[in-house]
Amino acid sequence: MSNYLRPAAVMLLLLTLATGAVYPALVTLVAQTVFAEQANGSLIKTAHGEVIGSRLIGQSFSDPQYFWSRPSATAPYPYNAAVSSGSNLGPTNPALSEAVAARIRTLKQADPDNQAPVPVDLVTASGSGIDPHISPAAAAYQVHRIAKTRKLDEAKVRELIAANTQGRQWGVLGEPRVNVLQLNLALDAGNFPAPN
Amino acid sequence: MNGPGFLQIASYLIALIALAKPLGSYMARVYQDESVGLNRWFAGVERLCYRLSGVDPEQDMRWQQYAWAALAFNLFGLLAVYLLQRFQDVLPLNPQALPAVPPDSAFNTAVSFASNTNWQGYGGESTMSYLTQMLGLSVQNFLSAASGMAVLVALIRGFTRRNAQGIGNFWVDMTRGALYILLPLSFVLALVLVGQGVVQTFNPYQTVNTLQAVSYSAPKLDADGTAMVDAEGKPASETLQTRQQTLALGPAASQIAIKQLGTNGGGFFSVNSAHPFENPTPLSNFLEMLAILLLPAAMCYSFGLMVGDTRQGWAILGAMTLVFVALIFVTVPAEQSGNPALTALGIDQSISAQQAGGNMEGKETRFGIVNSGLWAVATTAASNGSVNSMHDSYTPLGGLAPMWLMQLGEVIFGGVGSGLYGMIVFAIVAVFIAGLMIGRTPEYLGKKIEAYEMKMAAIVILIPPLMVLGGTALSLMLDAGKASIFNPGAHGFSEVLYAWSSAGNNNGSAFAGLSANVPFYNLWLGLAMLFSRYWLMVPVLAIAGSLAAKKTVPVGPGTLPTHTPLFAVLLIVTVLMVGALTFVPALALGPIVEQLQMLGHH
Repeated sequence: MSNYLRPAAVMLLLLTLATGAVYPALVTLVAQTVFAEQANGSLIKTAHGEVIGSRLIGQSFSDPQYFWSRPSATAPYPYNAAVSSGSNLGPTNPALSEAVAARIRTLKQADPDNQAPVPVDLVTASGSGIDPHISPAAAAYQVHRIAKTRKLDEAKVRELIAANTQGRQWGVLGEPRVNVLQLNLALDAGNFPAPN
Repeated sequence: MNGPGFLQIASYLIALIALAKPLGSYMARVYQDESVGLNRWFAGVERLCYRLSGVDPEQDMRWQQYAWAALAFNLFGLLAVYLLQRFQDVLPLNPQALPAVPPDSAFNTAVSFASNTNWQGYGGESTMSYLTQMLGLSVQNFLSAASGMAVLVALIRGFTRRNAQGIGNFWVDMTRGALYILLPLSFVLALVLVGQGVVQTFNPYQTVNTLQAVSYSAPKLDADGTAMVDAEGKPASETLQTRQQTLALGPAASQIAIKQLGTNGGGFFSVNSAHPFENPTPLSNFLEMLAILLLPAAMCYSFGLMVGDTRQGWAILGAMTLVFVALIFVTVPAEQSGNPALTALGIDQSISAQQAGGNMEGKETRFGIVNSGLWAVATTAASNGSVNSMHDSYTPLGGLAPMWLMQLGEVIFGGVGSGLYGMIVFAIVAVFIAGLMIGRTPEYLGKKIEAYEMKMAAIVILIPPLMVLGGTALSLMLDAGKASIFNPGAHGFSEVLYAWSSAGNNNGSAFAGLSANVPFYNLWLGLAMLFSRYWLMVPVLAIAGSLAAKKTVPVGPGTLPTHTPLFAVLLIVTVLMVGALTFVPALALGPIVEQLQMLGHH
């Protein structure tokens, strides 16, 4: 065994340098030069330079004037981006049905006239707890509440959703989705698409 | 499933198979010491490594020497990861001032990464400093993968050499695999991932001011930070408000690239590739998912090239792909059909152009059902174990396929190197069974399979089920094992069975509701990972040594051809029979009974 100790130790040290120091340092160097914006978290800044979020990380919304994000299982508060987490509730766990039923009640209370069935992603917790997106269906479900609270024309809100909907990447990959934070920022800014 | 769903699965399979040949031939050249284009970059580094560590690259090792070298190297790797965790509080590159990792968790994680399992009892962003992630975890992502590939190459030499004492040089095989294969692929993938939005920075976590304040209730703490109680003696809570969000950052892309390529799976962040900073877009998801199976698939082609008959490699790749595709079409439709308990609440789970529908609990909107289900099957087919959705929240049938893929012994693609050497062991068993049926001495690739090889093959096949079933039984008999279960009923049993299937086959994925970061699971799952990695690696090397010493038998009329579809089917049947006979009773108590309950209740 002793014949193997020196090669094992020295080899580990050298390959640690190569794969654990030089490699990540090189990747960081190139990344910070070529993709600085993405490498630092795709941050959204105001005109004054204040950082108000990331394009990739969702935020929690409960105010009726905003589109709501998906439920989040992070602790101690939803959308805690320092401790990502899913709920891990199993499909037959009664706690899952209870949590979903409570979320449906909250949605209905905020918009009692809305009789449409609730899209599943709007009442189920995401895997990360910081999912930035909702489905176009989940956005459409909230149009009535947003229009009423903000005293806007529903058609205008729909146009805004359409302008902020990302299709499948390259037309094939992933699912169509709406970035909730960017949509709400657009709502606040009143950036409604110009009528055609 | 709809048109776009089928199209995404098809493009994934086409990309995977199309890349197997070019990458497979490149890897074969690396391991046969032929010159490759990257020589002029790395040949100097390679020679320097040998010189400084006192390795003679020309030395041909006997199988025992090869095994000792692999074990010593892995042991030092394990120690390094352990020590980095234990002392990260006093080491640099710890901007969040994270404390030292407790001994039981540090042991579990060190074993986990050295053994290419990458089971994670901890949450990355709240536990590991940047230094530990880079210098400990990333390095083992490279080296455990390179070790597995080296052992495979040694086994292949067992078939190609005749009357030989040695099976190659571990240091050379491991170093060349790391430098010429894993490093360049990771470098390219890491940069593409950053382009999609994966973070790569040494800056501390970023605090942002959110658009809307969040109210939440938290335990009330006194000045010393201990929880206060109210007048009735119950824990007191208070309502707090925050308008800030802390975004966890770090040098993630460099680690994520190798975690996928090396079938490691240990994420930078707690929720692994469900985290938007780890897997931000559908394209990053496609590439990460492709990287899971890329090397295991290409190594089948390398194997064919190296044994001098590429059809042998295609037969094995074909067998793997068939089982893989069949199980995709178990999990994805099961998830797409949704949860009957939620249908009863009046929720719309249907698939449409407006939504993915289905069982979305624990899944990300950008991935929907198809990309979550496909990932779950790919990551458990390979011994990768990274996740982009929470498997614990899958429908019982949807979660059964990933669990069973691990229990098959991680041979449907499997780990880089380890998957194919496991599959070759199953091929040895398959020719043995065929030999019994036709009454001839079994041969594989020109080598007679005799009692010694069969004994070793039996050890390789029996150890993982022993770990999985024995460990599950032990956990369920002890209070310490049962205390960690999160979901009630049959699903709770599945959590424990899944954890042991994962550790006992070096996969690393989890039904994460199980609180595994407790001394009981840290210790026992750690031991299971250790045994299932090295107690398999050593008998495989023994087979390699025994085969290398034999002469080659010429192909005769009684030889069973092993490159035909018939043999691929025989191989599949062997793998599935062993897997089914061993695990169906346990699966019946978990996912199968839960599926019946779920459908019957409503």
